[in-house]
Amino acid sequence: MSRSSHASHDSPPLHAPDQSAGQPSCHAQLTRLAETSRAPVTFYIDGEPVQALAGDTLLTAILTHQRHVRISEFSGAPRAGFCLIGACQDCWVRCESTPVAGGDAQLTRLRACSTTVQAGMRVVTRAAHADDVHGGAHG
Amino acid sequence: MAERAEIVIVGAGPAGIRAAQTLVAAGLRPIVLDENIRWGGQIYRQPPAGAGFTRTKQALYGFEAAKADAVHTTMAALLPQLDYRPETLVWACDPKRLHTMHDGRETPVSFSHLIIASGATDRVLPLPGWTLPGVYTLGGAQVALKAQGCAIGERVVFAGTGPLLYLVAYQYAKAGANVVAVLDTSTFAAQAMAAPRLLSQPATFAKGVYYVGWLRSHGVRIEHGVTLEGIEGTAGVRAIRWQRGGREHSLECNAVGLGFGLRPETQLADLAGCRFVFDDLNRCWLPERDAAGRSSQPGIYLAGDGAGIAGADAAELAGRRAALALLEDLGLAAPFVPDAPDAAVIERKLASIRRFREGMEQAFALPEHPAAQWPDDMLVCRCEEIDARTLRECVRQDGVTEINRLKALTRVGMGRCQGRMCGEAACHLLAEASGQTLAQVGRLRAQAPIKPIPIAPMLFDENVVAIPEEARDE
Amino acid sequence: MSETLHYDVVVAGGGLVGASAARALAERGLRVALFERRYCGAQASGVNYGGVRCQGRPEEQLPLAMRARKIWDRLPALIGTDGEFVRSGHLRLARRESDLEPLDAWSAMASGYGLATTVYRGREFRQRFPWLGDGALGGSLCLSDGHANPRLVSPAFARAARALGADVRERTPITEMAHDGVRFQLTAQPEDGATLHVSCDWLLNTSGAWANHIAGTFGERVPMHAIYPNMWVTEPLPKFIGHNLGVYGGGVYARQVERGNCVIGGGRGTGDGEYAQPSADTTRAVMREACALLPALRNALLIRTWSGVEGETPDNNPIIGMSRTTPRLVHAFGFSGGGFLLAPGVGEVLADLVTHGETPTPIEAFAVDRFAQVSAEV
Repeated sequence: MSRSSHASHDSPPLHAPDQSAGQPSCHAQLTRLAETSRAPVTFYIDGEPVQALAGDTLLTAILTHQRHVRISEFSGAPRAGFCLIGACQDCWVRCESTPVAGGDAQLTRLRACSTTVQAGMRVVTRAAHADDVHGGAHG
Repeated sequence: MAERAEIVIVGAGPAGIRAAQTLVAAGLRPIVLDENIRWGGQIYRQPPAGAGFTRTKQALYGFEAAKADAVHTTMAALLPQLDYRPETLVWACDPKRLHTMHDGRETPVSFSHLIIASGATDRVLPLPGWTLPGVYTLGGAQVALKAQGCAIGERVVFAGTGPLLYLVAYQYAKAGANVVAVLDTSTFAAQAMAAPRLLSQPATFAKGVYYVGWLRSHGVRIEHGVTLEGIEGTAGVRAIRWQRGGREHSLECNAVGLGFGLRPETQLADLAGCRFVFDDLNRCWLPERDAAGRSSQPGIYLAGDGAGIAGADAAELAGRRAALALLEDLGLAAPFVPDAPDAAVIERKLASIRRFREGMEQAFALPEHPAAQWPDDMLVCRCEEIDARTLRECVRQDGVTEINRLKALTRVGMGRCQGRMCGEAACHLLAEASGQTLAQVGRLRAQAPIKPIPIAPMLFDENVVAIPEEARDE
Repeated sequence: MSETLHYDVVVAGGGLVGASAARALAERGLRVALFERRYCGAQASGVNYGGVRCQGRPEEQLPLAMRARKIWDRLPALIGTDGEFVRSGHLRLARRESDLEPLDAWSAMASGYGLATTVYRGREFRQRFPWLGDGALGGSLCLSDGHANPRLVSPAFARAARALGADVRERTPITEMAHDGVRFQLTAQPEDGATLHVSCDWLLNTSGAWANHIAGTFGERVPMHAIYPNMWVTEPLPKFIGHNLGVYGGGVYARQVERGNCVIGGGRGTGDGEYAQPSADTTRAVMREACALLPALRNALLIRTWSGVEGETPDNNPIIGMSRTTPRLVHAFGFSGGGFLLAPGVGEVLADLVTHGETPTPIEAFAVDRFAQVSAEV
């Protein structure tokens, strides 16, 4: 099922965390009112390709497809940013970046409201307990 | 001395831009450090360049379009004559040296003179459910529309108080968003009583009246004197509940724009060693400054909302005034800038604006004892998920009376936002729980980094100084 | 009208040493007052790294360290909270081949005091600690060591002292002190309130980096100077650091708390003897060393740095013991950055000295007059 459509989903969210409180939803949070004639940009949310528009912040790009950008590491509750101007620090996401010198993929930290979406970005929004990326000595 | 002066301006909003303009006119070449991708600050924030954004300035800024455009074009014209560094975060401050980060690299920036024009963020008071997806600050809601062409949701309620409440609701409704209601915690009576003071800035007052009138005539529900009770939802906002006149109300919505005025960003001034004083009008601690904008630290000047909330017009004036003070301190004459007011005129205008601000604080007063309404299980600290009960118990158990002590014992303010979103609320709660005034509980001390920064950029060889042998503790 | 208060013991300075002494003495039934000029546990006791480790200490500290370590296991019963103490083990890393032999030697020495440690190297080291980077090639693991939250532990000791009947007075500096030939006569000035006149039989000098004020008043200043540890902490991260980490030779130490934040220290900040600031340059240098050991840190966010004021002596050992000039004056300060583990034990030792005039724990190495020359420097 393509995530680039804005249709609401009846099936359960694809990437729900373990905690029952606050299951993140696929419904979009932000609504586009204007400036929709911009060039499309394809990027990835939790491995799924989705479309944003050139000039979108990562926050906009993510929240026009779902209602969360991250999961709280303490309660598992979904979070979707708050201030949009780089003050609240509630929109930090992880982004897979190209490996350096043959090592494993790095997960860099990006503040979604202050970062412009780029084609091919691979953003992770569900990794509150992502032990797989921190387990290795060379990770 | 002037030739060797290294002048740095932090912030490229109206204050920083007018300061830069004044300095450049005097023949200096300041460095302007801007955390954003494009100059303009927040109120005059521009959409990204070169990405196909087409709305006019009229559409973006309404009544402020001319002022916004003037500020933007001024800076654009200055670019060849100064060192403008966008997407550059100042994260620490030594005497005479800033630590900056840009595009994954660090650069030290030394200065002999520093103008801090760091601006403001929304002043936030929590309510149950405020951490849900779909709750945004009023400023955030405005930026979503202005800089991204988005509404924060399909059915939006704006709640809180302050002039921004009506401005953003109006901008949203005008742009075609579905604004379901505007819930103002201050009373209509308070606003009426403040009218005489507000009339000291008649144009601004008229705009405010216009926004409210427009909203009403377009069927947007406006309620005054509400007590916000909570935001409902699990995956995200589903409804908002409030109380008014003894009756409970609720409305379905999927987004809430929340705010109670603005609060200054003072971390850099703190780390730079500026002295702070409690300001009764702003109800917060501000870096001390004289009428010209000189701080308590020689060579450091303060301008704009980052030193005390006064609005964009005041910011432009204060930016220029601070630059004039800096030039005076360098022994240089005030430069000619067409249509720019001189120091005495600026100070008179700023005084008039302050009277207006007193009216605003009266019209849009914060609830008197906000913490009394907060249930024990409400989160005060978003980042660390610390609830009101934890804070109250600590005050009770340890007799805490000071905010940094409360932070040390409960972790409030220890999260990524470093107290920006929760500090005010924590101070109110502490004041009420310990029977003190807001001034008596103290202020959260800034700690570097000014904002969270990734570690990787700090590992580049050329920036690292080895730890001396005698400092190698185990 | 000012009042005169009489106590058996006055503890001057409400850090962890003073608070634990006040608690121990109150528990033994003495009338105790603790005067702290600001807030209990807010200085070195509150800003330190939080390591609770016996490993790596000089031999002369081990008996005291072992005694103190046992108290950490009983924190909930003593102070009503575990202070987030975790028995994580302490892994003291070797960064060079030549570091391994001293680790072996220390391990052998410590086993003589009943402290078990195991030194790993080579492939076994790599297999055991896959989360460590190339910066380390071996290490000594002391499983009984751990770490705790300094911000919680010290105030909790002060609370426990108060609950046992000690008169704990924060924001009340001692402004004058003298000995009248029989007992101590002190003046204390609460921030809000009338001046206090205090007399006491015993005076415990537990005022940390400022202890030379009292020591000097009684003619026995020590060559202690202020140091400013440089500390930083990351955002919460998934758990990946298995033990409290240190390195042989010093310079970086790291631990991960239950909530996931990594607390890392090393090197020095700056300060003026009263207040301290962390140093961005030091933080950067320590980050480099830390990331060589813990590559996963590279992609974490730094969210806070801090420093504080600690007292350091020329031999990095504390001052603990009876005054050489004044009867019933006891000193306990100058822990040189290593006091957190020791402090609860020191409190018991001080209580021994007051109640029995002696202590079974050897403290001769910490005598106040061991330095040949007294420096004027504080």
